Amino acid sequence: MSLRHDPHAFTPAPAPEAQAHETQAHETHAFAPPGELPAAPLELRGRTVVPGTAEGEALVSQETISGWGGIDPARGVIIERRHPLYEQSFAGKVLVFPGAKGSSGWAGFFQSTRLLGTAPLAMIFVTVTTKAALGAVVTRVPSVTGLDRDPLTVIRTGDRVHVDADRGVISVYPAHPQ
Amino acid sequence: MQLTDSDKAMLDGEEGPAVAAAMDLLVRYGRALDAERLCDVRNVAGTMTQPSPVKARLVREGGWDKAYSVINLDCDDALEIPDMRVPTCQLQQSFGPDSVGIAPYPKELIELQSDAESFYGRKGVNILATCTPYQVGNIPVRGEHVAWMESSAVVYANSVLGARTNCEGGASTGSASLTGRIPCWGNHHPENRYGTHLIEARTPVEGPLDWGMLGYFAGGLVQEERPVVTGELKQPDLLDLKHFGAAAASSGGVEIYHLPGVTPEAPTTEAAFGGAAVPEAVPYGERERRSVYEDLNSQGDCTDVDFVLLGCPHASLDQVRDTAQLLDGKRLHSGTQLWLMVPRALRTTADRNGWTEIIERAGGRVLTDSCPAMSRSAPPGTKVFATDSAKQAHYLPAILGIEAWFGTLEDCVSAAVTGRWKGDLR
Repeated sequence: MSLRHDPHAFTPAPAPEAQAHETQAHETHAFAPPGELPAAPLELRGRTVVPGTAEGEALVSQETISGWGGIDPARGVIIERRHPLYEQSFAGKVLVFPGAKGSSGWAGFFQSTRLLGTAPLAMIFVTVTTKAALGAVVTRVPSVTGLDRDPLTVIRTGDRVHVDADRGVISVYPAHPQ
Repeated sequence: MQLTDSDKAMLDGEEGPAVAAAMDLLVRYGRALDAERLCDVRNVAGTMTQPSPVKARLVREGGWDKAYSVINLDCDDALEIPDMRVPTCQLQQSFGPDSVGIAPYPKELIELQSDAESFYGRKGVNILATCTPYQVGNIPVRGEHVAWMESSAVVYANSVLGARTNCEGGASTGSASLTGRIPCWGNHHPENRYGTHLIEARTPVEGPLDWGMLGYFAGGLVQEERPVVTGELKQPDLLDLKHFGAAAASSGGVEIYHLPGVTPEAPTTEAAFGGAAVPEAVPYGERERRSVYEDLNSQGDCTDVDFVLLGCPHASLDQVRDTAQLLDGKRLHSGTQLWLMVPRALRTTADRNGWTEIIERAGGRVLTDSCPAMSRSAPPGTKVFATDSAKQAHYLPAILGIEAWFGTLEDCVSAAVTGRWKGDLR
């Protein structure tokens, strides 16, 4: 069966925006100041949840995310009113979050984002639960957890992030170097 | 991950392509969890029948075989789905034929779901159609490994019944049904079931409202971890713990809790922590209680209530009786509707007891199979709703874009009769 043995076969076609970023990043390191070498990335190391590689812009949620009742798969946005990222889109982004909460519909809702073309580009999370692990599996995006540094403080929204989930290595290119 | 010879045979297709796809998903999922192996399960509670836009498209493309393949096996091919290998039930779904003329829910989706019931019923899925299978005959025994989804049912199975399940999803339960296997991880291991936090109630906790608020507090505090609750707790019943667990699994991701002296794995507080040091207690006093109440009531401004929703998780017969008694001889406000959600098996009993007739005579409705949050459907024009469920107050405002009030069953029925929210914390 085609779906076994080749993990990369699961990687969906990136959203157009993510694709553009990826190309740009690979060719020119466009996020580095002109005329300078790109700053060495911050590296975090963890373990593979779903293999594959991806690069794109980070969306960092400091709070756990609900699937059912928490996101709208048709639009790829967070809809929980009291969530700090209310109405923000994760489509085509590297979604960095503490973990999954709420209903067991979590994985099914993130699976729907894949089927509807609004999936995140990759997932980086802290707490492994069945919801988050199964969600990453059925979203079929490169995913990493168990990192040696807290991704919620090291990575900021807008940073360029390269996710090598095969090796469990996250490379962060800060949007605003300190 | 270690696979048995039987797992490998299934993965290699010896039992057909659908079983192979199921095992493939379980292997990917087990690796994602870093599980060492799979374990046997003979009780699966999942979701297959409820329509969604994606599912409707898949059924058009390749029938229910394709819908199950894509959603419940996470496979791209349309595979012929064999009979369920182990006993499996359908949890809550979308509104069914009894909602016609009451809920604004598309007739074609009702027909689609009825078609799904026929398909899956023949494959061996018991159409319990409730978020509370433990109320209608699916009661796993202590220590039994099961694969359930529905967070409120999972927390009940683990905590109150002492069964062992993680909070599974549509694809993992779909795959467990065809293989009788699930990753042996998390709650399947005794060492992962002990408490992590101690909460001490320093205000009396009695009845579903207070148990729900305490659960909401516990979930917010521990998030995905495991609360042990002691203190001024009146002996809870099924209804209280249905609301406690559902709330704890809404504000957080609680999948197991312990009530020393009440729940089966916690004869004592020390036992609840497995012999490890008992942590310092976090107090739940009158201040915390009020804070939870205000949090759940922070999503309403307008006190004109046009919809009252009861039965989340699906109502017990006690709740149906109490609702009927409160509504007996009354009439709902002209601008307000009241729906009470029950498992269909209990609705039959409510009908025989005469409770349904009393509720309907007052203008209320007894509905089965679903809820407004699952079906994304409330009475037309609903702007403000009231509920006795912390879970529904947590979710429905986001799902339907409406205001919410949370209170006792009495407050809710009063709002249904007067059209005004006058609830207060007493």
